Amino acid sequence: MIKTKSLGLTLTALLLATSAALAQSTEIRIGVALEPPALDPTAGAAEAIDVVVYQNVFEGLTRVDQNGAVQPGLAESWTVSDDGLTYTFKLHDGVTFHDGTSFDAEDVKFTFERILAEDSVNAQKALYAPIASVNVIDPLTVEFTLSRPDGMFLFNLGRGDAVIVAPESAENNANEPIGTGPFHFVQWDRGSRVVLEQNGAYWGEKPALTKATYRFIGDTATLTNALLAGDVDGTNNFAPEALAVFEGNPQFKVLVGSTEGETILGTNNAKEPFSDLRVRQAMAHALNRQEIIDGATYGYGVAIGTHFAPQHPYYLDLTETYPYDPEAAKALLAEAGYPDGFSATMKLPPVAYARLSGQIIASQFAEVGIKVELINTEWAQWLEDVLTNKDFDLTVISHVEPFDVGIYADPNYYFGYNNADLQALNEQLNATTDDGKRKELAQQIQTIISEDAVNGYLFELAQTGVWNAKLEGMWQNSPIEGVVLRDIRWVD
Amino acid sequence: MNWRLIRNHPSLLIGLVATALFALLGLVSLWWTPFPIEQIVVARRFQGPGPVHWLGTDNLGRDMFSLVMSGTLTSFWVGAAAVVIGIGVGVPLGLAAAAWGGAVEWLVIRISDVTFAFPSVVIAILITTLMGPSAANAIIAIGIFNIPVFARVARGGALAIATQDYVSAARLAGLGNVAISVRHLLPNIMSLIIVQGTIQLSLGILAEAGLSYIGLGTQPPATSLGLMLRDAQSVFLIHPWLSIVPGLAIVLIVIALNIAGDGLRDAMDPRLKREGINHGAG
Repeated sequence: MIKTKSLGLTLTALLLATSAALAQSTEIRIGVALEPPALDPTAGAAEAIDVVVYQNVFEGLTRVDQNGAVQPGLAESWTVSDDGLTYTFKLHDGVTFHDGTSFDAEDVKFTFERILAEDSVNAQKALYAPIASVNVIDPLTVEFTLSRPDGMFLFNLGRGDAVIVAPESAENNANEPIGTGPFHFVQWDRGSRVVLEQNGAYWGEKPALTKATYRFIGDTATLTNALLAGDVDGTNNFAPEALAVFEGNPQFKVLVGSTEGETILGTNNAKEPFSDLRVRQAMAHALNRQEIIDGATYGYGVAIGTHFAPQHPYYLDLTETYPYDPEAAKALLAEAGYPDGFSATMKLPPVAYARLSGQIIASQFAEVGIKVELINTEWAQWLEDVLTNKDFDLTVISHVEPFDVGIYADPNYYFGYNNADLQALNEQLNATTDDGKRKELAQQIQTIISEDAVNGYLFELAQTGVWNAKLEGMWQNSPIEGVVLRDIRWVD
Repeated sequence: MNWRLIRNHPSLLIGLVATALFALLGLVSLWWTPFPIEQIVVARRFQGPGPVHWLGTDNLGRDMFSLVMSGTLTSFWVGAAAVVIGIGVGVPLGLAAAAWGGAVEWLVIRISDVTFAFPSVVIAILITTLMGPSAANAIIAIGIFNIPVFARVARGGALAIATQDYVSAARLAGLGNVAISVRHLLPNIMSLIIVQGTIQLSLGILAEAGLSYIGLGTQPPATSLGLMLRDAQSVFLIHPWLSIVPGLAIVLIVIALNIAGDGLRDAMDPRLKREGINHGAG
């Protein structure tokens, strides 16, 4: 009897689900390749976290729009003092967290004290180091005092790392995120999906979607089938090798745009023989960038000659600093004392662009006598070996943080580059707010790291989204990590 | 076994010749392939079969025929090494069980049963997950699964022989268990082991392809047929040829080995044809 009843319930649920789908609903199912390790964007570096929660569940004082510009978020307006050291934010009134608690200036203060605390696990803690104090003027006004001017401050406030959390719920955000955003968290079936639903009490303009499900599908063939079968409505980033399946199919739209992912041949500058500039120059000459772009990204990547996004107004085209020239590479190697080349290992994380680039680079390096042994690693092992222990010769990795050239000023970063002049320039850049001056400094930095061939500069990752043709409002470019749902809607 | 036997069993001839062809193809790749397999030329990728690249080129412009040659070698090498592990450990265990009986036999049978109770691929996944993916670990994983198979075959064959008069005579003459096993039991079960070996070889090749396909076997830049399938699957809808070539190669190798194994069984011991042996699991 009980069985019959539950069967009846299932049937009803099934019927309801079918009719909902027929009504071309206000729900969306998004396929994404990587499942986030947790759901708290202020306590982890994984891009997969932001893909699910950034601007959907959590919001910051400012937000970054699809053009990379800073827009008001929870702060409706702000003023900056003339010396660039004091920012006063006017907060939105009537904002509540998803658990019903109200949002006010105390939450802002709590959030930034948590980021800057000694035991903070924020992945971008260094970006917020200039904050000297956060003062609550009244419940809707908060004042930040900086220890030095910071040209990126408003942008940094808009990152997923600086979203506002509440003292009541911050502890549990990793598993049950509570934010102020237009969608609230419903459930997370580990290994399968995360479900979000529209936040009825949202303070701003309500999104068109009422429900969003993120399904985690790591395998390209499976995701292809899920898209073709209509099990998912789209994906923000589809493997470029199979993109041709959807190009020209009127049921789908393919959105090719830019990201902030500089893909580099990470080189251990602190280790022989890579500490020798001539060896690094030789490797730069040995790289056939176009072949790597064609082979690893199917032509969708954009060539870079330095660690900077090509779509950024400060970008300097330095792709010809060390043009592809195997003979020059051999000459430089001989000059450096390696006439017969040398052997090196390359540790590759489990992402297609890295594994493919690695194989192609190994083949190109073999032409000039550099024998590369490829070591495929899992993410945890890669993070430990390369990023933490710096136990590597070469690697291929994409740095997806926007405007992250500052990593070259950190001698303890994994590629072990220590250049006092560059560190001074970077400090000057951080302290400068004038746009023209910033551009000049940023370009000087780009030139230095390109000429020093700190890493092999390969390409800027493209974002290749595949969506149902009846969906609108998805971001074509990805100026910041995330899949922002607020503008997505079904049209007929 | 002689030529007359082979003539009387045409399927054996076909199986052996086909197996030998594939094995030769693999062996030749040690010294020569039409193109070096690690040579990547992106500009010539996704070519169909033609006079230059007989089986076309893959997603990185590598010559498919060269890859198949090298992949076949990996498959045979992994499968054969796993069979050697299985025979090397399993046969002595099986003989010991038959010769000593009692507690030894009980222990061997129980260990075999426990190993059999786990699906072989699950054991293989477990081992390669613990020790890291590589061709060597795939050999160990598949080899461990082969041990109880050969232990059972050896014990079953030896038990049937052990009741023969000449074995009793040897025992009366004062030979110990070890001597009887080596001088009387082992030579008489050799045909069983060889037949089982060909079957396990084909299963090992399948298992290697499976492990490489899910990323736990051979790692690039080395190649195997399973790895080629894995690389090809995401573009199956656009370039099905890349999946068909290694897939067909696996099918043909396994069919060749099975025909050869069946033929060997018939040719070596006509009685087995009636009784049948069926120890192949997987």
